[in-house]
Amino acid sequence: MSVAELSDLFVWSAATALTIALIAYSVDLARLTEAAQAARAAAREPVTVGGPSVAAATAPSGVTGGARGTRATGIARSTLVLGTLLLLVGIVLRGVAAGRSPTANMYEFTILGTFCALVALLVMQRRRPIAFVGVVVSGIAVLALVLALNTLHVQADAVQPALQRYWLVIHVGVAIIATGISTVAFATTVLQVLRDARDTGRSRLERPWSRLDGVRQAFHGARVTGPSFAWLEQVPDARRLEASSFRQHAVGFVLWTLTLIGGAIWAEEAWGRYWGWDPKEVGTFVAWVVYAAYLHARTTRGWAGRRAAYLVFVAYGVVLANFTVVNLYIPGNHSYSGL
Amino acid sequence: MTRDDVTPPSAPAYRPEGLDDAFTDGGDPRPADAGSGSLPALGLVGWLRWVWRQLTSMRVALLLLVLLAVAAVPGTMFPQRPQDPAAVAAYLTDNPSTGPWLDRLGFFDVYASVWFSAVYLLLFASLVGCIVPRTRVHAAALRGRPPRTPRRFGRFPAQGEGTSDDEPRVVVERAAAVLRRRRLGVPWFRADVHDEGAGTWSVSAERGYLRETGNLVFHLALLGLLVAMATGQMLHYRGQAIVVQGTGFANVQAAYDTFERGTAFDPADLEPFTLRLDEFESRFDPVTLQSRDFTAYVTVTEPGGEPVERTVKVNHPIVAGGAKVYLQGNGYAPAVTVRDASGEVAFSGAVPFLPQDAVYTSRGVVKVPDVADGQPQIGLVGFLLPTAQEPAPGLWRSVDPQPQDPLLVLSVWAGNLGLDTGVPQNVYRLDESRMEQAVDDDGDVVTLYVRPGQTVELPDGLGTLTFDELPRFVALDLRHDPSLAWVLTFSLLALAGLTASLFAPRRRLWVRAAPGQRRDEGPGAGTTVVTAAGLARGDDVGLQPELDRVLARVLGAPAPSHDATGLDTPQEGRT
Ligand code: HEM
Repeated sequence: MSVAELSDLFVWSAATALTIALIAYSVDLARLTEAAQAARAAAREPVTVGGPSVAAATAPSGVTGGARGTRATGIARSTLVLGTLLLLVGIVLRGVAAGRSPTANMYEFTILGTFCALVALLVMQRRRPIAFVGVVVSGIAVLALVLALNTLHVQADAVQPALQRYWLVIHVGVAIIATGISTVAFATTVLQVLRDARDTGRSRLERPWSRLDGVRQAFHGARVTGPSFAWLEQVPDARRLEASSFRQHAVGFVLWTLTLIGGAIWAEEAWGRYWGWDPKEVGTFVAWVVYAAYLHARTTRGWAGRRAAYLVFVAYGVVLANFTVVNLYIPGNHSYSGL
Repeated sequence: MTRDDVTPPSAPAYRPEGLDDAFTDGGDPRPADAGSGSLPALGLVGWLRWVWRQLTSMRVALLLLVLLAVAAVPGTMFPQRPQDPAAVAAYLTDNPSTGPWLDRLGFFDVYASVWFSAVYLLLFASLVGCIVPRTRVHAAALRGRPPRTPRRFGRFPAQGEGTSDDEPRVVVERAAAVLRRRRLGVPWFRADVHDEGAGTWSVSAERGYLRETGNLVFHLALLGLLVAMATGQMLHYRGQAIVVQGTGFANVQAAYDTFERGTAFDPADLEPFTLRLDEFESRFDPVTLQSRDFTAYVTVTEPGGEPVERTVKVNHPIVAGGAKVYLQGNGYAPAVTVRDASGEVAFSGAVPFLPQDAVYTSRGVVKVPDVADGQPQIGLVGFLLPTAQEPAPGLWRSVDPQPQDPLLVLSVWAGNLGLDTGVPQNVYRLDESRMEQAVDDDGDVVTLYVRPGQTVELPDGLGTLTFDELPRFVALDLRHDPSLAWVLTFSLLALAGLTASLFAPRRRLWVRAAPGQRRDEGPGAGTTVVTAAGLARGDDVGLQPELDRVLARVLGAPAPSHDATGLDTPQEGRT
């Protein structure tokens, strides 16, 4: 077996371990839901239920002591660590097989970006385990790895002259870390919006729709104010999630800024211009501007909180599109997928 | 930014309870109604002022940022003229109805279009309007004193308390000393001591002016970046030149294949250095045939200087005559000699053939206008195969980018090349409109196969063709942009400012010492009651630990661990 094949094997095992972590996190989440429902049932006794806001107000906020140390949490944590380590080995072997840093094509970008997201998740979960963020990030990680192995995989190889520069490590490495952090920050923001919606009793599935009301009823069970989202009462409150998401985005934004600057310096060396509106450059620029808009919105009256969070969704969507659509379908200097 | 317009970074729902963010108070000298959206009183001046306030409001800045992002997107969906004019032409041909309209609306040159420019110019106008008053306010804040100690500490997100045996005044002086201690040469906090009467003393302290400074530096640097880029646009030139091995290039406009310049650059200012391509080396992966290395060995002679040998590689431009020289392309330039029917040399030289694929199947044209009188002009069109193979009879292709077994495969045209029509011609294309292709007796097209050193007869008695040798050529980009250093400086300033703005904590701390009512609560229990409170800009997980640290030092004992906020431990390594 060659080193390159060994690397693939490790990435496959990482995907397997992460699938187990995903399942464990989901079980954990389900358990939290039950616990929350039980807590609610207990709380309901003395109080006449007025609506979800009452329930939210009476439910304990923050992480309850029981959230740590259960079996599912333990399994999730250890398989997450295992998967991350396996992935690290896979990445290192990939670099050995290609004789360079593993940052040259989409396959390598994906596995390295997944690794960064997992490390960010591990750091975050060490402080405060949130099953939901675990589900989202390990879910994205498994999806990304399987996609990478099945559709983005290319032979481990040296690179063309235009890529032979230490900037390959700096620029692409920073972009990968930025993507990873943005992923975890995105998950935190999703959680923030869900928690906020539950606290304020906002759900479009609550009120009848003029048309397509059948559709609404079919999804009624999935409404954020309903029992299936009771676990939300166990996660930190929206304000703390917002603060946490902002800190992650602050780091992410600085890294995106660095990606832009590093990319411009490298483009100046390799292509003879620091900025040329190459589709990839445009994509990064747009994502950067939307993240800047998010940072502004946080401090703009009427925009802080939920509406600013929507800008995060847009920005993360741009980040993903910039990596997928732009690389695969739009011709440009960055068409380095090797596919 | 207007005062009315800005809330602290946490929204009403997200804000720590019962706290109005003192950091935004008085943060803007303008009246509170600015940007409130109410219609202005009549009058042109009033109206203009209203427009300006709207423009410089945070909400409009936000809107313009989102607009900028949206406006940038079409550039990736439609082909763009500066990058790929051929694709634009193809699009226009394929879409005869919508194409011209899109063209008129600037969709094929989005980043120079009126609407894109309008968005970013408005954004920067908004930026100026926002930054100027903020800079003034901040400059005043830098000279100002920390706000006085609030009467009650109850509402603040960070709190602490303790007792001391020392007099209140001593405690407070010690606190001030702790807070003013220098770190990296600058005082940690700016602190004032206040005598509040009745034996009570307090200290108020503030730090983190760097946060706002960083924010202003960031925004100003963006402005500087824009100006630097625009200046560069005006002062730059860029050209591409093809240089064949063994020949030279002199830096004058006529020597360029393509040349463009900013409005403020005078082509007469080109520094007339010369550059000669001595040797070109390429390496390819033996299995995948992917390129691995290109190196051009050149000799550069600056005006009045000695010739200097240099190497240019992809990714490693050199500087010559104030311009950066990039290796952007390479290929083969077969050197051929054409003799006309009378046996005279009608053409002799190296002709660059442009590589079409990874194995350097290269396409080119040899134009021979200077033939003997009465003879038609000659055009030779075809391919150079660096390593030729014939997998099937009559079917030739290249199997290696290196010249292992070069072969020229050409068809022959005779007639009028059209060089004297006055229409500029593409040297890589043959204008076939006034020419005829040579055919044999069966009416099949005549194809010439020539190897280096060989001479072949041209059909119809047109003369002969000799393939002399196979030198390489390089395509060099030359670019001069005096603004580069400024662009980099402003980018790095923006990065530094941004980092300070996002991570430098802005905090206020207050410590109050009052004669205590508690007496003789046991050994060590002091008589002076010390209380402390802290406030930060935005959510700040490091505030309470910092307050605890200060209090611990002031009291000389382990800090009472008191988590008033319930905020969690830091993430992302932030303190
Ligand atoms: C060129 C476009 C602009 C970009 C890319 C941009 C980017 C940013 C970024 C990334 C931040 C976050 C830094 C921080 O939170 O400290 C920020 C903050 C800020 N920006 Fe801008 N900005 C732009 C234009 C403007 C304009 C036009 C205004 C005024 C109307 C403005 C006012 C502010 C203010 C007041 C803050 C501080 C928010 C706070 O209190 O933290 N910016 N800007």
